[in-house]
Amino acid sequence: MWAIDPRYTSSAKFADAWLGLNVGTDIALANGVAREIIHSGLVHEEFIHHATTGYEEFKEHVEPWTLEFTSEITGVPSEAIADLAHGYAKAPTAQILWTLGITEHHTGVDNVLALSNLALLTGHVGRPGSGLVPLRGQNNVQGGGDMGALPNKLPGFQDVDNDEIRGKFEQAWGAKFTGEIGLNLTQMFEAMGQDKLKAVWVIGENPADSEADVKHAREMLKRLDMLVVQDVFMTRTAKMADVVFPAALGWAESEGTATSSERRVQRIRAAVPPPGQAKQEVEIISEMALRMGSTNWGQPTPEELWEELRTLSPMHAGMSWKRLEQEGGIQWPCPDEDHPGSPFLHGRLWERPVEGRRAPFSCVEHRPPVDELTDEFPIRLTTGRVLDSYNTGVQTDKFDSPIRSGDALEISSEDSLKLGVEEGETVKVSSRRGSILMRIEIDEDLQTGLAFTTFHFPELVDINQLTSDAWDSKSGTAEFKAAAIRIEKIESMANV
Amino acid sequence: MSDLKFGVDKPTAEEREAIDDFISGVGPASIKVNERFVVGGRSRAKDRRRLLLPALHELQSTSGWISPGGLNYICKVLGVPPAEAYGVATFYHLFSHQAPAANEQIHVCDDVACRLQGAEELIKDLKESGYEAKSSPCLGQCERGPAVLIQRIKGKDLAVVAESPKPLTVKNIDKALKENASSEQVTIPQRGTDSLSLLARVGVVNPKSIKEYQEKNGYEALGIALNVGPDKVIEEVTASKLSGRGGAAFPTGVKWRAVADEQGRPRHIVCNADESEPGTFKDRTLMEGDPFAVIEAMTIAGFAIGAEQGWIYIRGEYPVAEEHLKNAIEEAKREGLLGSDISGSGFNFDISLYKGAGAYICGEETALFNSIEGFRGEPRNKPPFPTTHGLFGEPTAINNVETLVNVLPILRNGGSNYAMKGTENSPGTRLFCLSGRVENPGIYEHEFGITLGEVIEAAGGVKDSKEIKAILLGGAAGSFVTAEHLHLPLTLEATREAGVSLGSGVVMVFDESDDLPDTVRRIAEFFRDESCGQCVPCRVGTVRQEEVLARFTQGTSFASDEELLEDLSTVMKDASICGLGHTASGAITSAINLGLLERTT
Amino acid sequence: MNEIPVGTPRSKIEIQIDGNLVKAPEGSTILDACRQEGIDTPTLCWAENLTPVNVCRVCVVEVEGSRTLVPSCSRPIEDGMVVSTDSDRVRKSRKMVYELLASSVDMDRSTSEVKDWMEHYEVDSDRMGEKTEIATVAQPPKVQDSLYVRDYERCILCYKCVEACGEDAQHTFAIATAGRGFDAHISTEFDVALPDSACVYCGNCIGVCPTGALVFKTEHDMREAGTWNEQDQEVTTTVCSFCGVGCNLELHVQDEKIVKVTSPADHSVTSGHLCIKGRFGWQHAQP
Repeated sequence: MWAIDPRYTSSAKFADAWLGLNVGTDIALANGVAREIIHSGLVHEEFIHHATTGYEEFKEHVEPWTLEFTSEITGVPSEAIADLAHGYAKAPTAQILWTLGITEHHTGVDNVLALSNLALLTGHVGRPGSGLVPLRGQNNVQGGGDMGALPNKLPGFQDVDNDEIRGKFEQAWGAKFTGEIGLNLTQMFEAMGQDKLKAVWVIGENPADSEADVKHAREMLKRLDMLVVQDVFMTRTAKMADVVFPAALGWAESEGTATSSERRVQRIRAAVPPPGQAKQEVEIISEMALRMGSTNWGQPTPEELWEELRTLSPMHAGMSWKRLEQEGGIQWPCPDEDHPGSPFLHGRLWERPVEGRRAPFSCVEHRPPVDELTDEFPIRLTTGRVLDSYNTGVQTDKFDSPIRSGDALEISSEDSLKLGVEEGETVKVSSRRGSILMRIEIDEDLQTGLAFTTFHFPELVDINQLTSDAWDSKSGTAEFKAAAIRIEKIESMANV
Repeated sequence: MSDLKFGVDKPTAEEREAIDDFISGVGPASIKVNERFVVGGRSRAKDRRRLLLPALHELQSTSGWISPGGLNYICKVLGVPPAEAYGVATFYHLFSHQAPAANEQIHVCDDVACRLQGAEELIKDLKESGYEAKSSPCLGQCERGPAVLIQRIKGKDLAVVAESPKPLTVKNIDKALKENASSEQVTIPQRGTDSLSLLARVGVVNPKSIKEYQEKNGYEALGIALNVGPDKVIEEVTASKLSGRGGAAFPTGVKWRAVADEQGRPRHIVCNADESEPGTFKDRTLMEGDPFAVIEAMTIAGFAIGAEQGWIYIRGEYPVAEEHLKNAIEEAKREGLLGSDISGSGFNFDISLYKGAGAYICGEETALFNSIEGFRGEPRNKPPFPTTHGLFGEPTAINNVETLVNVLPILRNGGSNYAMKGTENSPGTRLFCLSGRVENPGIYEHEFGITLGEVIEAAGGVKDSKEIKAILLGGAAGSFVTAEHLHLPLTLEATREAGVSLGSGVVMVFDESDDLPDTVRRIAEFFRDESCGQCVPCRVGTVRQEEVLARFTQGTSFASDEELLEDLSTVMKDASICGLGHTASGAITSAINLGLLERTT
Repeated sequence: MNEIPVGTPRSKIEIQIDGNLVKAPEGSTILDACRQEGIDTPTLCWAENLTPVNVCRVCVVEVEGSRTLVPSCSRPIEDGMVVSTDSDRVRKSRKMVYELLASSVDMDRSTSEVKDWMEHYEVDSDRMGEKTEIATVAQPPKVQDSLYVRDYERCILCYKCVEACGEDAQHTFAIATAGRGFDAHISTEFDVALPDSACVYCGNCIGVCPTGALVFKTEHDMREAGTWNEQDQEVTTTVCSFCGVGCNLELHVQDEKIVKVTSPADHSVTSGHLCIKGRFGWQHAQP
C-alpha cells in the first residue's frame, strides 16, 4: 500500500510507503509514474492494444515527465516515484482509491483522468481486486447522481438532451420538460451574481458555511429574491431563508434507499418519528407540486417511487423493492430480476473483441493551483475532515466526542519557528479573500510550507472565508484543497 | 500498524541510547528517507516485532524497570502498539513495573526443593539486611538450594547458590555482588565415569573452549552429518528411536521428517531451553557444562530438516548457561562451524539466542514461539502443529536441550547402536534430576530401565538414612509416588502403565519429617502463578484449586471440597488449551490418593 | 455485466455428530457443522465476525481419538471424525467453565443466550465459596468519558474486544491483555485513561462484548436508573449517513428514542463494525 498525500496521515503511517507530494501536483505525479511504467516496459500491451485508444499520443504526451522533472514539480524524490510505478505495475491486482483530495481542485476532472490512464496502462481495471475507486463522502452522493441530481442527466445517468430518452420520461411522468442542460453549483452562484438566478430551493445543504470563498457565497444568497431551505436543522443557510421547510431526517426518520460508493443500493428506514412539524421530504415536494398546479402527483410512497424508477432506469431495473428488503443491498447495474448485481464495472474491456467503445487515454496537463503562492501569501492551506466530525458539524457537534481535536490551524514545527508562533497561540490567517483568527497547533509530521485545518466548526472558525473560489469548469467543484495564506502573529488585539 | 498513538512520556538519554544501539542492526520500523518519503508501515513493523522481548530486556537492565518513557520509545522505534507492548511486558515476572527501589532485585527460590533448604529464612534475612528480596518459582538449581537470582541495573544477572553443604547466607550474596560473579559449578556426582554419554564432557572440559570440546569428540557428529546428507541423518535418528526428553516423548525422527518434507517454505529449528519445571536442572547442567554440544546438535538438526535459522530460547533465570552458549556461538562462528558455508559444505546456518523473562508457560512450545515473536507467551491451540505452523507460522522442529544432545552419540555410533542401550521401547540413556532428601543431589545419567530405587541408591540413598515419605516424580507436572514404587523400572512404557510420568526426569525425595501438605499447596500456588490466564479452565481452575488446598491446610474445608477438587481436575485436564492446565492437578490428585494430605478438620 | 467470481466449490466432508452422518464443506469447523445440523452449541469468545481465539472453552466437544476435549469453534472437520456434543465429559466441562466464570465474574448483564445456557447446565458457582472469601475480579467501573463505560468486574476475558480493536476490525490496538494468570486483564498501556489512549471510540469492542463489561454510557446510565427495558426496544436497520461506505446501522429504540446503535455482524459491508460517527453520532436525531 502506498499513501500519496501532502500530509503524513494515519493511513500514510499504515502504508508501506508514503509520498508527500506538493498540493495540486497529482497530474504531474501520475504522468511521471506513467512514463516510468512505459520506459520500464511494464505496460500491459495486450490490454492496451485491444481495449484502449490513444496510447501512442499519450506515450508522447508524458515523455517530458522524467523522474527528475516529476520530482522537481511534486517534491517527491525520484526513487519514490519509481518505487510506486514499479509496485503498481507489477502487482497482480491493484486499486487506486481517492477522495476529495483529487477532486476538489480546479483540475479535479483531469486529476481523475490522469489516474485512469495508469489503470489503462497496466490493465488494473475491470477485474476483481482491481480498479478505480472514488470514495464518497456521504451515504447517498452516488445515489444523488444515480437519481439524476445532475444538470445534464436524468435518473440512471440518461442524457437529458437525448430526445428519445426524454420522451420516455415525459410519457411516464405525463409532463413535458426541456432538454436544456442546467447549472451546476458553481454556475448557480455565478448566475446569482448575474441576477439570472433569482429563486433557489436548497434541500439538505448548508452552502452558507460549506462553499469555498464563503463570504462571496453568502452575498450571493442574500441577493436572491427568494430563498427556500428544506433541512432538518436551522443551519446558517436556513436562517437566511425566506421560507424553511422542516424535514424528516433521511436515515432515521424516513423510508427510502441510499446508494453507497460501491453502487450498492440499500434501504434506509424510519426508526423514530420526525419531531414537531417536520414532514417527510417526499411529502413536502409533492405538496409543493400540488401548490404549483400539478394535480397528478398524489402522495406516492417511497416504494411506489422506487418501483417507478425501475421502469425508467435500466441499471436499476432488476432491483425490486422486495429484493432490496430481502437481499440487503444490490450493486448496479442490475438489469433484470435474476441478475445478482455487479461487484465491479468495465469487465467488458477484457472481452475480445471489446464490444462498444474502447477506453481512451487522456492527455492531461499539470496546472498548478490557481491561488498562487507568493511572498505575500507564502503558505499552502489545505482542508479536510477528521474522524469524529462531519462536514459543517451540524450533525456531529451534538455528541460529546472524547477525541474531538477542534478547529486549530496545524502548521509544521519549522514554520512555527520561522513565524515565531507557539502551540495554542492565536494568529491572524489571511488569504486573498479574507482574514480570520485561528489557534495554532504544531504537527511534527506536516511538511514545511503546508497548513491544515478542518471545516467542521464554522461557528468558531469560518475557514471557508479563506478557501479559493477557483473551480473546475468540467465538474463545477471548487478548489477547496489549495488556498494560499499568510499567517501573522498578533502583537496586541488592537492590530486585529 | 495504523492509528498508533504514543504516550507523552519520554525516554531517558540512557534508555534511548540503549534501544538505538540494540536496534541498529535492523533499523526502525519506519524510515524517513526524507521529508517527503517515508518507508515503513505494517509489514516492516511486523518484521520487527520479534525484537520486542529483547528490547524489553534492554530497558529492564538499563533502568531496572519497564519505564513508561522507555516503553514508549521502544514502541515508536519498533512500530508496536503501546497497549500490546505493555501487555507483553506485564506477562513476565522478570520485568518490573515500578521504579526500582534498589540497584539489585534478589529473587529467592522458595519452590518445592528450595523450601526444604531454608528459602523462607533466607528471604527474611536478606530483607533484614536491606536487600530487595522476593520469592521466586523454581530457579533450576534444586541440587543446591536455596537458589538465588540477582537482577541488577546495568550489570549482568548473577545466579548464586550454596557451595554444598553449607546453606546460602546473606554473606554469599554480599560476596557475589562484590565479585560480580555467579556461582559456576555443575553437580555431576558421576563425573568422569566411562559409562557417561550425554554427560561425558560435563565438568571435565572447559566449557568455554571449542578446542577442548573438539578434543573430546566435539564436532565429529557434524562432520559425519555433512558427509552423509540430511536424509541419512534423519534415518539414523529414526533408527535410534530417540524420543523427546521434555515430557511428551514424541519420536524425534518423525518430527524431523515432517519438517524436512515441508519443502519450499522457510523452516526453523528451535531449541527449547526454557527449562522451568520445578525440580528440573538437567538442561542447565548441559548448557553450562557442554554448551558446544547444544550448538553442534542444533546445527545438525538444522542441516537435517533444511533450516537455515536456529533459535535457542533459554529461560531468563540462567545467566551462566546463557553466557556459555553465547560464547559457544561466537567460537563456533569463528571456527567456521556456524554461519555461512559451514566447513565448506555449502550449508548456511545461524543461531539466535532468545532469553525468556520469567514465565514457566513459555516452555510450552507454541507459547515459546509467541514469546520469540514478541507476543504474550500464550499457547496456541493445536492443531495445527509446529511441524507445519510453528515459529512465524512456518514449519518448525522444536526439541529440548537434552533431546538434541542425544543426536551427537547417535550420529557418532549409529542409530541402531544407540537403540541397543536402555529398553526396546525406551532406548538410550536419560538424565535424572536428583534433589530433596538424598545424600548426593545432582544430575545423573542412567540407561532407561533402571528402577526408581536404584536411581535413589546411586545418589547415595535417602539422606541420613531416613524413611521415604514420598517422591515427586517428573516434576510439578508429574506425580507423587511412595516407597512402594521403588521397584518401578523407569521406562516410558512402565511409567505409563503405572499411571505416572517421567516428565523431565525429576526425582525429588521427601522424608518423614517433611511437611507434604505445604509442598502440595506450594505446587498449587505454582500453577496459579504460572497459568498464562488465557483459557478459563486453567485461569480460574488453578485459583480455585489453590483455594481448596489452602482451606485443607488451614482446616477450613467445605464438605464439598473433595468433589470440587475432582471437578476442577477434570475440567482442567479435559478442556484447557495446553499441557499446563492438563497437568496442573496431577501431583495434587496423586498426593490425595496416596493419603499424603492429612485433612486437619 | 459481470458475474461474481467464485472459486472452485469446496468439496464436502463426511463426519459423525452424535451418531448422525453429517456432510459439511471442507474447511468448516465442528461448530459450523453443528450449526448446520441445528445442534445448539454455547459460545462466549467466538463471534462470526472475529477470528476464533478458542479461550473460553465453553464450546468444547468430544472427538474420538482425542485425549482431551476440543474447541468446536476453531477445529476444522476431518474426514470420518466422530463427534459427541452432549456426552458426560462435554456437559461436565461446559458446566464447570460457566461455574468458574460465574464464581469470579458478575454475569448478571450477560446476553440472554449466555444466561439460558447457564440455566441449561444448572450452573452452581456458590460451591466455590462466598465471593467475599475467594478471588474475584470485583472492581468499580471505569467511566472516563461520555461514551463508554468499562465495567471490568463483568469481564470474562474472552479477548473479543481486543480482537475488534486490533487485527480483526479497527486496527487501533488501544487495548490488550495485560498481566498474567488470574491477574490478566484488559488494559490500555499503563492503564492510562481511555481518552489518553489510542482509542478512536468506534465502539466495536462494545459491539462484541457478551457480558455487559463494555457498554455505551447511555445504556449504563439507564440501567443504573432502572429505565433500561430491552423487551420494549425495537430495532430498525438503516444506513449510516456519514460517508459513502454504506454501513448498516441497527437503531435500538425505546420510547421513541435511540438508546444504542449496533451493526449486523453478518452484513458484508460492516461485518458488525462501525466508526465513532455511526456508533455515537445519532444525537442529532434526538430532539
